[in-house]
Amino acid sequence: MTPRVVFPNKVLPYLLVAPQLAITLIFFYWPAGQALYQSMLKEDPFGLKSKFVWFDNFAKVLSQPAYVNSIKVTVVFSVATAAVAMGVALLLAVMAEKVVRSKGFYRTLMIWPYAVAPAIAGMLFLFMFNPSIGSVAVLLRRLGLHWDPVLDGTDAMILLVVAASWKQISYNFLFFVAGLQAIPKSLIEAAAIDGAGETKRFWTIVFPLLAPTTFFLLVINTTYAFFDTFGIVHAVTGGGPGKATETLVYKVYNDGFVNLLLGSSAAQSVILMVIVIALTAIQFRYVERKVHYG
Amino acid sequence: MATVDLKDVKKVYAGGVEAVKGVSIAIPDKALCVLVGPSGCGKSTLLRMIAGLEAISSGTCSIDGRKVNEIGPTERDIAMVFQNYALYPHMKVYDNMAYGLRNRGTPKDEIDRRVKEVAETLELSHLLDRRPRELSGGQRQRVAMGRAIVRSPKVFLFDEPLSNLDAKLRGQMRVEIKNLQRSLGVTSVYVTHDQLEAMTLADMLVVMNAGLVEQIGAPLDVYEKPASTFVASFIGAPPMNLLPLIGDGTSFADGSATGLATPAKAVTIGFRPEDADVAANGEVPAGSVTLPATVQAVEPVGAESFLHCAAAGGSIVVRVAGRATAQPGDNLRVVATAESLHWFDQAGKRI
Repeated sequence: MTPRVVFPNKVLPYLLVAPQLAITLIFFYWPAGQALYQSMLKEDPFGLKSKFVWFDNFAKVLSQPAYVNSIKVTVVFSVATAAVAMGVALLLAVMAEKVVRSKGFYRTLMIWPYAVAPAIAGMLFLFMFNPSIGSVAVLLRRLGLHWDPVLDGTDAMILLVVAASWKQISYNFLFFVAGLQAIPKSLIEAAAIDGAGETKRFWTIVFPLLAPTTFFLLVINTTYAFFDTFGIVHAVTGGGPGKATETLVYKVYNDGFVNLLLGSSAAQSVILMVIVIALTAIQFRYVERKVHYG
Repeated sequence: MATVDLKDVKKVYAGGVEAVKGVSIAIPDKALCVLVGPSGCGKSTLLRMIAGLEAISSGTCSIDGRKVNEIGPTERDIAMVFQNYALYPHMKVYDNMAYGLRNRGTPKDEIDRRVKEVAETLELSHLLDRRPRELSGGQRQRVAMGRAIVRSPKVFLFDEPLSNLDAKLRGQMRVEIKNLQRSLGVTSVYVTHDQLEAMTLADMLVVMNAGLVEQIGAPLDVYEKPASTFVASFIGAPPMNLLPLIGDGTSFADGSATGLATPAKAVTIGFRPEDADVAANGEVPAGSVTLPATVQAVEPVGAESFLHCAAAGGSIVVRVAGRATAQPGDNLRVVATAESLHWFDQAGKRI
């Protein structure tokens, strides 16, 4: 442990942390408090009149079938996106490890998609999978698959998951590659001598040793799927068809800025905040226990 | 159990670098063969080729009479102890040792019996529930040994297994490895750069240099009759004194006459520090070499002392028993008898 630093002056330490505290207070706690306050107000769309209604907004939101549907959509979307993004990235990372020549070049190519903005990524997939003009949609139809994300909710969800994962794969790939490189080569060799085939080696040695990386990415990807996919949802489906792809974040936007239900929207963001805090706490508490560091 | 046969084995890397340039070694059953040499001499590469971790560029490697060039490490039925131990950090000691047996589909009660038996021999029984990071260096080393032994393979391979231990522990483990190898009777190949380890452990000593074998033999034979100046200067501590000769071997580099019956073509004369003596001005046995020397440094080790001297245009080391009376700057006469002299030719080969 590093020795405790004792300041002779009582005021100085507070002055030193003041800038950081100020930033945190102004940009994090004040807006959060504001959201909390607004979630208990009933306002008209023009902000002329407001009435304090305690938890009425929350009660209303939670009793809405549309909100319950949105929770389901978000869960399906997040789990699918995290699973696809991490699964594909791990597969690619393991494969990239095996490349003998121009490994670095190959890896660099894999990282490019991360530089594409979410909305642009969404547009790419929107065009590729568009039932009337999309090149992939044509291929799917030739294969005899009925593909229509504009009308079919499941197809729309698949499209969204693919687009959201695609962007995240390169990020996960980068971390998995680093994780794989951190595993001593002699461990793999020892396992080979110990009679473990390639698949067995992966599941008994490599995968458990990647656990810290996997856990970290699980947190990052879930958070990503929950909050950073607004742009993709907005560009690809706009929450439709119907409400089939309306995630919680998208609903906050829709209710607040399109439907101008400010109170309801604020209540929803507060619920979202609680969900995130709970999710992170659970992940750190329970998943981390099974993780072996070093 | 098994023999290991290497025939003209070569290793050429993709860039054209030749790490091993044609090595042939026949290791008999139950022998402990030590590969010794300086860093980069190809000894580890050779071991990894026997293990199947590196492809053999040309030549053949056979274990128990079966050519294994194309066979992966999994099917060679060998066990290896790595320099960094390579214990599986996420598994308990028990699982580390059981891993190889489980992969080979050994019945559960059989695994349990064997792991406990080996743990008993290696005094690891009380550590079976620990993870590697909770063990000391010496304990990890034992677990690595246990993991190798428990499978009772045909061949043990050791890749500098003691180099991460402190000097005292290294001495202990050296004796233990030797005893264990004896009692188990498993053919072993041991790689080290430490000549002391090599001398004390080996049944068969292989001295390597620059990808080639310099000499193969019993440790004491190698010590007594080094095949080249390289072996002479690598085996033994401190190494053999080597002095260049000029004028058809009749005089030393400083021009003084040797006064010896030098064999034809000899360009280097050698004698070990322990064979040399400091003699008073008196008679010396016929055929001995006598050198006027100036002491430059004295190294007392306790039971013996080493005198570093300048003599005959070069520098030599002389071992004297007990405390040395000589001081730096003293002039002495160093004598080595005829039977302790070694002669080497232009190519460094023994005559």
